[in-house]
Amino acid sequence: MAVRPRDLAAPAAFGLAFAALWEGAVAAFDLKPYFLVPPSSIVAQFADNLGLIWDAASVSGLNAAVGLLAGTVLGGAMSFALSRWRFLGELATPLAVALNAIPIFVLVAVLNNMYSITSEVPRRIMVTLVVYFIVLVNVARGLTQVRPAHVELMRSYAASDSAILRKVRIPNAVPYLFTALTIAAPASVITAFVSEYFGGSQNGLGSRITSNIANSKNAAAWAYVLAACLLGLLFFLISVVLESAASKRGGAVSTGK
Amino acid sequence: MTAVQATGIGKVFNEGTPRRVDALVGVDLTIREGEFVSLIGPSGCGKSTLLRIVASLLPPTTGEVTVNGKSAEQARRDQDYGMAFQQAGLFDWRTVARNIELPLELKGWDRERRRARATEMLELVKLPEFAELHPWQLSGGMQQRIAIARALAANPRLLLMDEPFGALDEMTREYMQGELLRICAETGTTVLFVTHSIPEAVYLSDRVVVMSPRPGRITSIVDVPLGRSRSEETRNDPSFFAGITAVRESLRGLHAEHANAHPGLEDR
Repeated sequence: MAVRPRDLAAPAAFGLAFAALWEGAVAAFDLKPYFLVPPSSIVAQFADNLGLIWDAASVSGLNAAVGLLAGTVLGGAMSFALSRWRFLGELATPLAVALNAIPIFVLVAVLNNMYSITSEVPRRIMVTLVVYFIVLVNVARGLTQVRPAHVELMRSYAASDSAILRKVRIPNAVPYLFTALTIAAPASVITAFVSEYFGGSQNGLGSRITSNIANSKNAAAWAYVLAACLLGLLFFLISVVLESAASKRGGAVSTGK
Repeated sequence: MTAVQATGIGKVFNEGTPRRVDALVGVDLTIREGEFVSLIGPSGCGKSTLLRIVASLLPPTTGEVTVNGKSAEQARRDQDYGMAFQQAGLFDWRTVARNIELPLELKGWDRERRRARATEMLELVKLPEFAELHPWQLSGGMQQRIAIARALAANPRLLLMDEPFGALDEMTREYMQGELLRICAETGTTVLFVTHSIPEAVYLSDRVVVMSPRPGRITSIVDVPLGRSRSEETRNDPSFFAGITAVRESLRGLHAEHANAHPGLEDR
């Protein structure tokens, strides 16, 4: 996962060219600000509102981070329980897989109803739930899909179930956990933004986007969109760094042979 | 001294269902200490099943097995045997040395003693410079040598091997056979070895046990009079060819007999 400057040059040039094209199109076709704002005014708005954007990003980022952490811990714990008690896994795994495949973040409307209007709790619970199922499904797979030869070998050493868990199942599940995190980290940010669309305090990036649109401050709204992109990118980068650190520590990720 | 004593072993899978399979019927086998015995036969003759029953990884339906004079179960608990499979089955997240240390960890050896033993085993399989590498950095033949080192790490008197060289190319395979004989001579280990290859069985073994399928049973036992000191020249020895012919004929005999007994069922 080593990224060289040369690998970044081409996409960066492409991005800049796209922004230039956008800027040029707005000028050439005389597009009105209510329709499309040029990148230059988005950047200007971003710079002008840096303090406000930072505050809003902190709110959304903290919601995402708290949910990511809680969801990972709970999902990890539950996957241990599922692999320990096989009947539990047979009951819960298909449900978890199904829930993982549908946009459960719409539940936030229901959660909002359960807490006071200014509470961040429903948003954090929502992020937790989304992350929880991603982590649960992947880690449970890592704990159970071990190579039969490894289990047979451990049995030939008369190893206990707990020794098999410690020496085979958990190490086998580590790459699965990091796969889950690379999916869950961006998903946690997206969920944090989207949950803000369902009401509650107007303090996060998601709600600032809608409120600025509502006030016809389109350039400011775009500035918050830019901030949201940057925050999402940050979370993704964190998961990528974690993954490469883990694969260095434990050698290569399982080759799947 | 008897290393393995199997008496009246029978194994039925899916008993009481239409898919009932008689994997083994009435198998008696005695392996002396220090002896190298191969199990050979067509697919489905129960040779791997027999190996797993000796290893106490599968319970026999009838009969009983003793290993070093104890029950197979007790022998497994005491780690009296080491085991190697067709897949080296190394753990990718452990270094080579820590793979070899695994059975010792489970025996509760301390770190220093484990490390010393792993170093010793790496010298035995002639890969001392690979201790800190990970398995995926090694070739298939090297991985298999590490698997053998791991199987022998706890100094078992018995080595159970299920087609350990089956996935290797011919050159590596012959080299590994030579290495295995050298290691067994150095350590005095008794070996029960499952294989599909007639030359491999003859080259390695003191006795080749020929098995037949449906139901799985021992049809004959071929003695290989090649003595203990075997080398690459052994492969040109007339007694080596005589051994191959003897094993082949006894496999063919059961093939013909089987084809006659069940016409048209051969490829089922």
